[in-house]
Amino acid sequence: MEWLSLEQWSPYVCGAGIGILSWLSFLLSDKPLGTSTSYVRTAGMLERLFRGDRVLKREFFQKVTPSIDWQWMLVLGIVIGAFISSVASGQAHIAWVSEPWLTAFGAAVGPRLAVAFIGGALLGLGSRWANGCTSGHGISGTMQLAVSSWVASICFFAGGIAVATFLYAVLAG
Amino acid sequence: MLERIRSNKNGQRALGLVFGIVFGIFLQKAGVTRYDVIIGQLLLMDFTVVKVMMSAVIVGMLGVHFMHSRGLVRLHVRGGSFGSTVVGGLIFGAGFALLGYCPGTVAGAVGQGSVDALVGGVTGLVFGSWLFAVLYPRLTPFLSRGEFSNETLQELLHIGTWQAVVPTAVVLIALLAALEWLGF
Repeated sequence: MEWLSLEQWSPYVCGAGIGILSWLSFLLSDKPLGTSTSYVRTAGMLERLFRGDRVLKREFFQKVTPSIDWQWMLVLGIVIGAFISSVASGQAHIAWVSEPWLTAFGAAVGPRLAVAFIGGALLGLGSRWANGCTSGHGISGTMQLAVSSWVASICFFAGGIAVATFLYAVLAG
Repeated sequence: MLERIRSNKNGQRALGLVFGIVFGIFLQKAGVTRYDVIIGQLLLMDFTVVKVMMSAVIVGMLGVHFMHSRGLVRLHVRGGSFGSTVVGGLIFGAGFALLGYCPGTVAGAVGQGSVDALVGGVTGLVFGSWLFAVLYPRLTPFLSRGEFSNETLQELLHIGTWQAVVPTAVVLIALLAALEWLGF
């Protein structure tokens, strides 16, 4: 198990491994690897705790049921897999603020969490709006040569590069 | 046999968990669950994210299209439109840069102990997704604006599947080679 304790594997090995994983997911689960729908299912399950079955009347939740499915378990698995991997390599640690944020904007926790929340909200909104994320469109959709997925991936990175550059080259610069 | 595995709901949940664990290990070992690696990619200084994604696409594409040609798998191509794909993609991109993780890698970041991923990221993702579900009935007319007329690259270019797959693989390999050659 020495390989599991290495801090890093080649990005090409990891990428190829994810590619092979996608074969198995198409073959055994009839599904492309994806993650973002699980967050809207979670939102629906949480809303149902407060508002009961009325939530199921929402047009969107009739299309996407708020329940724990294959993909929800996959996202939970990612948490566990990354935990195993980082504990094995000794990288697992509680971190509130990471570089390069630390150098650019300081160690205060509040601003970082606020920006992370806004970023997360835009990711949630945007992935439903575009019907996929960096996994569902960026990897699984582009490998199927889907036009929508190539367009989405280009927009993910175009938007990301613009905002990251503004944040780090303009605001912090 | 395959249909029996695919239709077993609890079996699929277990399989999803196993796939996720493997996915999480690859993401963490590649370094893409780290904030600095994602931001480095978006600032065009560190190309780890692109390397991982492109190698996954090359390997995945060859295998999935081979299995499809043998009738072993179904494809799941999503349609798109200007209103949905482009606008949503740009909103996603802004969130990608502000959070510094994406919906898959944020889960991995939680697993390695990054609190910003859990407290800020996951709660934000759930909130933003909920907001979309609430706004959905009002957004539908906009989402279908400017629908793409072709679902796949081969339909768009009027060529066969392998005539699209092989050149795409060659171009992606050439891009990866160019990145290495440039020293990234």
